[in-house]
Amino acid sequence: MNGIHDMGGMQCMGPIVREENEPQFHEEWEGRVFGMFFTNFAEGHFNVDMFRHAIERMGPAEYLETSYYEHWLHVYETVLVERGILTQAEIDDKIESLREEGGS
Amino acid sequence: MAHDHAHNAPPSETAMRVKALETLLTEKGLLDPAAIDALVETYETKIGPRNGAKVVARAWTDPDYKQRLLEDGSAAIAELGFSGVQGEDMVVVENTDDVHNLVTCTLCSCYPWPTLGLPPIWFKSAPYRARSVIDPRGVLEEFGVELSDDIEVRVWDSSAELRYLVLPQRPAGTEGLSEDELAALVTRDSMIGTALVEAPAS
Repeated sequence: MNGIHDMGGMQCMGPIVREENEPQFHEEWEGRVFGMFFTNFAEGHFNVDMFRHAIERMGPAEYLETSYYEHWLHVYETVLVERGILTQAEIDDKIESLREEGGS
Repeated sequence: MAHDHAHNAPPSETAMRVKALETLLTEKGLLDPAAIDALVETYETKIGPRNGAKVVARAWTDPDYKQRLLEDGSAAIAELGFSGVQGEDMVVVENTDDVHNLVTCTLCSCYPWPTLGLPPIWFKSAPYRARSVIDPRGVLEEFGVELSDDIEVRVWDSSAELRYLVLPQRPAGTEGLSEDELAALVTRDSMIGTALVEAPAS
């Protein structure tokens, strides 16, 4: 599938920024998102092709503005709803109630 | 570093979305948070480029192993126990006096987790993914690797199914070193191809 994810050869992306002694996860939520790849996979919610396809369907602006693990989060939110495991209303309600509780 | 304040700052919108998803899946019995804890710990402490370094050091010291590694990377790496998710199909490419290999993933950030751990930020970044295939020598220079023009640069674009590991050249002057001492010289970047392995300072 052609799209923004197909970055090979694009120009004017700027310098490559490196980080010394980079941690495996920069924020706690990144580790949770990473782990959910395995648990969702094990539950049969998606396979690798569905995972990739959900990222490739992201809008170009959203794709560029979000990080690697945000792409993964986008996959879960998309595929779990598409497959009827969760509803968008359930997700929105849960976010709202967590916000009212003041976070985690 | 961002990590120092991350735990005290109010949760970001993204953190909230992640928490919502994990909570919902847990409530439905589709996720065990302890399983996530274990995965995070495993990837933070047990799986990383030290695994790949052991593969390289074995190949440097055991010619039969090196031959098996180049013929069937997945099987030879499995001999050392470094198999698993995102390392099912591995191809090992050898740097020589004439050829330098560089690994990228232009489409996403496919990376051999069992041998190298999780990819660094720069490997996942748009600039590396875009430029590694159109200007590999420029990228290598940015990483401090200057190759003479007569060395061929081969760029390997990983996919969701197939991942690559570079077998770097063993530095001169390391004949007396043990396998463990050699492994200690092998860096993550040398197995991606953005660095050369340096001899130990004497």
